[in-house]
Amino acid sequence: MEFKVPTMAELMAAGEEPEILFWVGCAGSYDERAQKITRDICKILHHVGIKYAVLGTEESCTGDPAKRAGNEFLFQMQAMTNIEVLNAYNIKKIVTGCPHCFNTIKNEYPGLGGSYEVIHHTQLIQDLINEGKLKAEGGESFKGRKITYHDPCYLGRANGIYEAPRKALEVLDAELVEMKRCKSNGLCCGAGGAQMFKEPEKGNKDINVERIDEALQTNPQVIAAGCPFCMTMLSDGIKLKDKEQEVKVLDIAEITVRANGL
Amino acid sequence: MVSQILFLLLTLAAVGLFTVNFRKIIRNIRLGKDIDRSDQPQKRLMTMLRVAFGQSKMVVRPIPAFLHFFVYVGFVIINIEVLEIMIDGLFGTHRIFHGLGGLYNFLIGSFEILALTVWLSCVIFLIRRHVLKLKRFRGVEMTSWPKSDANYILITEILLMTAFLLMNAADAKLQTLGASHYVSAGSFPVSQFFMGILPNSESALITLERACWWFHIVGILAFLNYLPYSKHFHILFAFPNTYFSNLKPKGAFTNMASVTNEVKAMLDPSFVPAETEPGKFGAKDVTDLNWVNLMNAYTCTECGRCTSVCPANITGKLLSPRKIMMDTRDRVTEVGKNIDKHGQDYQDGKSLLDDYISREEIWACTSCNACVEACPVNIDPLQIIMELRQFAVMEESQAPASINAMMGNIENNQAPWKYSPADRLNWAEGN
Repeated sequence: MEFKVPTMAELMAAGEEPEILFWVGCAGSYDERAQKITRDICKILHHVGIKYAVLGTEESCTGDPAKRAGNEFLFQMQAMTNIEVLNAYNIKKIVTGCPHCFNTIKNEYPGLGGSYEVIHHTQLIQDLINEGKLKAEGGESFKGRKITYHDPCYLGRANGIYEAPRKALEVLDAELVEMKRCKSNGLCCGAGGAQMFKEPEKGNKDINVERIDEALQTNPQVIAAGCPFCMTMLSDGIKLKDKEQEVKVLDIAEITVRANGL
Repeated sequence: MVSQILFLLLTLAAVGLFTVNFRKIIRNIRLGKDIDRSDQPQKRLMTMLRVAFGQSKMVVRPIPAFLHFFVYVGFVIINIEVLEIMIDGLFGTHRIFHGLGGLYNFLIGSFEILALTVWLSCVIFLIRRHVLKLKRFRGVEMTSWPKSDANYILITEILLMTAFLLMNAADAKLQTLGASHYVSAGSFPVSQFFMGILPNSESALITLERACWWFHIVGILAFLNYLPYSKHFHILFAFPNTYFSNLKPKGAFTNMASVTNEVKAMLDPSFVPAETEPGKFGAKDVTDLNWVNLMNAYTCTECGRCTSVCPANITGKLLSPRKIMMDTRDRVTEVGKNIDKHGQDYQDGKSLLDDYISREEIWACTSCNACVEACPVNIDPLQIIMELRQFAVMEESQAPASINAMMGNIENNQAPWKYSPADRLNWAEGN
């Protein structure tokens, strides 16, 4: 990276406070594909000059997959450990790169003593576009390209956020096409509820294939995602359909970075 | 006089029997654990008015919404007519409200049009089930009883509406014949067309009118008593069910307070938790669920919207959110029967998990909330699935091996994968 990503520990040592904490999440930290998205989110933060920081090695799993798998004990252990760290740094506002982290910190941490203003990175991008700090200039042109957006369950149905990611795409002057099942009726990619970490039960089709079939019906050049798990599932689906050349699966942060040439 | 006494006895018996069965259902719902849903009464009221009264979630599917709207409005409004029937039946009067004059004519006219639309809608509903064979009305859980239940409801409604219209037709004809007792009242925009096919003799018409009158009211009383056994119970429970539904974002799962105490005590040895009952984690049987879960089960009308949007079910997995609700109702009904027969503490050795809902079903869920979103009366099958998972994981340590591995990784590496926590910031080095 061309710039250094600041950590909370460093800021604290320098006696500074960030405007916003970027919660990277496990996928964003370790998954190779998701790491690219993480770096792109940093590029956006860096570009607009928001004072931000990450927890780095002090971050740990929010506990979401443990909770959805039924292990409330492990979830709360993770949650309280994270809350201790967040509160010690006096964090007020958090942006996440993952809808699962977003949902957990926003909805399930307050009851355990961790109350923060939490936004997802697509909401941050929308805000920056609204404030005129981000445009779609100076980079790759998406004008007229066919883009379909896949709603992550934990952003959409779970939290009612349907507009922010779409607003971030509208600025591209691209041709936005909706899948038949979209917004509150969107079909899951198949990874939620800890499914990401296990083989699917016996059936006649994999959920991500069902979703990719539907996405491909819109004849897209780009399938836009907003979740690292959806990214994995959709990318796997595209690979299976041998459409990697024609159709790109990109996170909204990646599209934004490309459109702005960051 | 005899008919008045007979009417009174029938009504008392029907209402009495219904009360007994209704109270049993309330008792069964109360077998569930407590959960506080008394907050934000105004918001709850608005939710009920919008979702149950205003049918706001039905409109997603316009055709059934349209048809259901007629049946629903018909059901609510024609009940005004039942009030008149009750008074007439008890006091031996005939069309007691005819004094309302023009308004009465308007009301009867409206009822007739509604009766016709209810009739037509029910016929179309039967066609959807039996001729078009919609996928939504099939599935493993739609065994013979649920299918028959739907048929009984639709056929009964068709018969009730037929009787109502024939009764009016006979009445209208009697009015034109100037039969005594049959005051000139009401307008008959629909039944006037049946007058031609009716007999001309006054006595035959009176017999027909009375027969239809009795069939209509006895039918309604019988139908009332069918409700507690049927999926049609939703006509009553849709209202409390939406009122007490979850108001939080769908992604916000409840944090278990008993676990919070334990975790706090672990992290801070000086923490002294408040005395709480040692309960079990999650749910193995219906009595481990909360009363809202159980009310959900009694409210379900098995429309299958949940199952038709479930990603697991769509892709051929065993999981069906509708089955989760039907199993919960069947099990809690069974537990209730056991209590009636053998007393409060009887254990039949069966449970919701395994005897009704299999492990394969609960582990197929992606927790995507599509079923919750789709339910027109705010039923939440996901919460029951999560409770069952909690029991399997926290009480039995019976998670699929890969899930155990994932949890082991979180415990040891603070991430669901086997990566070192020291490498968590390595992404910042890349390009």
